[in-house]
Amino acid sequence: MSQPKFWGYRRENGRVGVRNHVILLPLDDLSNAACEAVANNIQGTMALPHAYGRLQFGEDLELHFRTLIGTGSNPNVAAVVVIGIEPGWTSRVVEGIKKTGKRVEGFAIEQNGDINTIAAASRVAKEYVQWASELSREECDVGELWMSMKCGESDTTSGLASNPTVGNLTDKMSEWGANLCFGETSELTGAEQDCAARGADDSASKKFLDTWQAYMDEVIEPHKTSDLSDSQPTKGNIEGGLSTIEEKAFGNLQKIGKKTTFIDVLKPAEEPTKGPGLYFMDTSSAAAECVTLQAAAGYVVHLFPTGQGNIIGNPIEPVIKLTANPRTVRTMGEHVDLDVSGILRREMNLDEAGDALIDITIRTANGRMTAAEALGHREFVMTKLYRSA
Amino acid sequence: MDHPDFLVHDSTDTVGVIVVEGVEAGQKLTGWVMDTDETITVDSLDPIPLGHKVALSDIADGDTIIKYDADIGKAISDIAKGGHVHVHNIKTKRW
Repeated sequence: MSQPKFWGYRRENGRVGVRNHVILLPLDDLSNAACEAVANNIQGTMALPHAYGRLQFGEDLELHFRTLIGTGSNPNVAAVVVIGIEPGWTSRVVEGIKKTGKRVEGFAIEQNGDINTIAAASRVAKEYVQWASELSREECDVGELWMSMKCGESDTTSGLASNPTVGNLTDKMSEWGANLCFGETSELTGAEQDCAARGADDSASKKFLDTWQAYMDEVIEPHKTSDLSDSQPTKGNIEGGLSTIEEKAFGNLQKIGKKTTFIDVLKPAEEPTKGPGLYFMDTSSAAAECVTLQAAAGYVVHLFPTGQGNIIGNPIEPVIKLTANPRTVRTMGEHVDLDVSGILRREMNLDEAGDALIDITIRTANGRMTAAEALGHREFVMTKLYRSA
Repeated sequence: MDHPDFLVHDSTDTVGVIVVEGVEAGQKLTGWVMDTDETITVDSLDPIPLGHKVALSDIADGDTIIKYDADIGKAISDIAKGGHVHVHNIKTKRW
């Protein structure tokens, strides 16, 4: 397959987006209602309600800001209205997003109330959405397409076919200079040495193993009860035939292909800075948490292989679903963007499946709505590291 | 072989994955070993759902289960060739 091009929106900082959203971003849980009211007033805008933002501290607070600022900074977003309960932290989010050069304005509810805030924010959102509606796409090299990946409700067909299909895309796209990201720290348990061996150098390998070990020491060991076997693998994984975390991990790792190496390890929601290539991000293996973090790091298209049929979407990053499970295609086909079950019947080989995934990815980048977008899936889930103060 | 009944990642694997629906006990199953492109057969001892694993040889209690040419856990009872391999007879070594 020859190197494709795609049509995207070039933003003020040079990055390229594939969607043109104007978003209402709440600083905190209290500001969801105002954001939703503005989105209801102004057509073509979208609110991103979430559950947190109060009394957080330390690294957990830093991650909250990194996720909100990263979401607003994502090139799929044309302009942002931030609403918070008070002006201090609200302006911190605004100033962070402003570094991209994009249009952003913040509003605080204290001393104004919801109704005045909604009125003022609606006027700005209206200007933004009319401005954004006149932006046009331009032709871009595929190397400018940042793609993240994460599998969900996996089963054995994921490891056999849909994850290796993503792996085939990864091998081809990394040769073309694309920026790619995988994550799921807990879910590499059992295959962690094999994953570490895919580091581009000793430093990347060590950073991965240190990240994985820290997760085991800080999360699993203090909090586990007797056994994680009902959470990892999940009930859905087990229904689909996965028996152990090791089996799930080796299937998961198929997504990074046969030869691509990862060049760095990112903190949750951290923007990659070492240029094109594959990155590992320290994330939960829960789908919405992982995709939200990857979108906040600047990824614009997500590749999501599923076995039993995870239905996740994301408000700003289109999520492309592929599956090789013929029962999932039959019973919940409306969630599936690409059917690769032909691999299991030997009707399609991995190279053909990889090309088909590249084709649907480019079409999605060009503007085709994913199944998750058409069905209204907008799961925006902040990762919380520990209880608030 | 047109449509295989099960797939095997690697020739060293001790389990294969059923890729068709409705496998019953006593069926002769045809499998495709993906890394060597070989065709093998095994007689099923149990009904095995789509996506679940079949034992490719006799496995003893405590044996390591091999899939992807890798250790994916251990048997917690004896499993005969052709038997259904899942959480009732294998377990992780990690937790």
